[in-house]
Amino acid sequence: MSTLTVTAPPRRTPWRLRQSSVIPGFGLTLGFTLTYFSLIILVPLIFLVLRATGQGPGVFWAAATDPRVLGALRVSFLTALFAAVVNVIFGTLIAWVLVRYRFPGRRLLDAMVDLPFALPTAVAGVALTAIYAPNGFVGALLTPFGIRIAYTPTGIIIAMIFIGLPFVVRTIQPILEEVSREVEEVSATLGANRFQTITRVVLPSLTPAILTGFALAFARAVGEYGSVIFIAGNIPFVSEIAPLLIVIRLEEFNYTGAAVIATVMLLISFALLFAINLIQAWSRARYGYGN
Amino acid sequence: MEVRVSNVRKEFDGFAALKDVSLDIRSGELIALLGPSGSGKTTLLRLIAGLELPSQGKIFFGDMDASEKTVQERNIGFVFQHYALFRHMTILENISFGLKVRPRATRPPAGEIRRRAMELLDLVQLSGLEKRYPNQLSGGQRQRVALARALAIEPGVLLLDEPFGALDAQVRRELRRWLREMHDRTGHTTVFVTHDQEEALELSDRLCVMSQGAIEQVGTPDEVYDHPASPFVFGFIGESSELPVTVEKGELLLAGRPIGLAAPEARPGPARMYFRPHDVDLVEGDATLAGVVHTSRRVGGTRRVEVDLGPANHKVEIDLPFDHPAGERSQLTFRPRRWQLFPSA
Repeated sequence: MSTLTVTAPPRRTPWRLRQSSVIPGFGLTLGFTLTYFSLIILVPLIFLVLRATGQGPGVFWAAATDPRVLGALRVSFLTALFAAVVNVIFGTLIAWVLVRYRFPGRRLLDAMVDLPFALPTAVAGVALTAIYAPNGFVGALLTPFGIRIAYTPTGIIIAMIFIGLPFVVRTIQPILEEVSREVEEVSATLGANRFQTITRVVLPSLTPAILTGFALAFARAVGEYGSVIFIAGNIPFVSEIAPLLIVIRLEEFNYTGAAVIATVMLLISFALLFAINLIQAWSRARYGYGN
Repeated sequence: MEVRVSNVRKEFDGFAALKDVSLDIRSGELIALLGPSGSGKTTLLRLIAGLELPSQGKIFFGDMDASEKTVQERNIGFVFQHYALFRHMTILENISFGLKVRPRATRPPAGEIRRRAMELLDLVQLSGLEKRYPNQLSGGQRQRVALARALAIEPGVLLLDEPFGALDAQVRRELRRWLREMHDRTGHTTVFVTHDQEEALELSDRLCVMSQGAIEQVGTPDEVYDHPASPFVFGFIGESSELPVTVEKGELLLAGRPIGLAAPEARPGPARMYFRPHDVDLVEGDATLAGVVHTSRRVGGTRRVEVDLGPANHKVEIDLPFDHPAGERSQLTFRPRRWQLFPSA
């Protein structure tokens, strides 16, 4: 009879789905989240993929590798990437100006940043086309130099920059506010000149926010339709974007073809966004942002 | 290095944060700028650093007019209350930053930078943590990294803005003692800002008491504590009690009654008497301060009682031995042992 064991072996707490916590409503909110998520995002996407692959991998592959589809995908992703890069550079600059300086009209400028969010994108497209068309306000200035913007991929990029800008500004702004002035001041006292302070201190600490802004602007640009089709000219292989090709396929009653393009776009976008998220998680863990 | 602040005035949007301030800081001393919030102490520190520019007046480092120099050129070490460490850099990278950003001509070779950073890490007793990131350290450790980072550039002056303000009481005490030792070892001219009078008294060679954008008194802790130059300093440094008295024929009267204190040199008429709660003697007799104990609290090794001095309802605090039998409503008669008169406001 040696039931009187004094030192119990260290017991591991069994893993449980639910940690007891004082924050209420875990079951309810998680349940709601999953249901909502399924209804709004997951189910439609599953049906999309089913539709695309319903006629077998052969059909899917043939539709996905159609030269015109590949061309449209290339145009879409390359222009979106380019636009996102431009947006990150100038969006960071704008966020910087809005956060760090006080000047008359700052609030107005701040409010105007959101306009691309609110404007119907077709309106933006029409307006941009009017300006950048060869006989337009800006287009007429560039035509003598042989530069064309409307009806070329450059036009697509400009439309995408327009609609993506607020995403970058609005993600970087709050983080920049959090990066204290003191960090910049201390850098100056240590002898760093302004350029060194920006490149070695400010920008690296903004990296996570810049990545988020990039991801959002990029995702928005890839999915953009309304503003782009007005300015793009929509020449297959040159300035025809994938979302437009999807609409064309639909008008041809080629629903499978449309679903295939959509699925391929979905996969590429998801892979890119997921990669960006991983980089962010890694940098957060390292630098301890958000805690 | 000597620092001379000469008739400096600083205005923010028409509000004068500093009004014509002059201060000589001696080479190698540890001086505290002490004052309540809004007294201008941090503004003065930032002006010395070059993070702000004076509206009027000049600041000299030795014989050099520093007012013309930028922050970068002043070669100062600045430590902020909330550390302001670079979160995306390791501790080692933080400490070496000031050396790495130097122009190629004056930048030490990489190996030398590393060696010096490791030495400083050792000096602030954080060896072995060089690969960590700031968010993996405690507050006290972060502040020591901030100090090592400031020392790395071999600053002419070390400026600390409430360096212990964000730390808890025990860490603060430890770091205080440690900073004093560091200073004695390295001998940097050091200016630190604090609103904690105890910290200023314990740590500094001299302290500079400020109030409302002006300097009230500069002196050693003993001078300032024992001979406050103004009622403000008396009230701000250490505990104090105040009584409105009248000087008559070289004697002090409270509400018309003599209290047994002679002031032969004082100008006749109303005055304010200041004394410290622990500077009193319990005495018997008529010519004393007599009152009734209002409240009684145990403070460390003593008992602090609030005494109600009758007629005009004056209340003063005095310290009694903790085992003194006086409780609430007990009668007490006492007399300040040391006191100081200031003219009535």
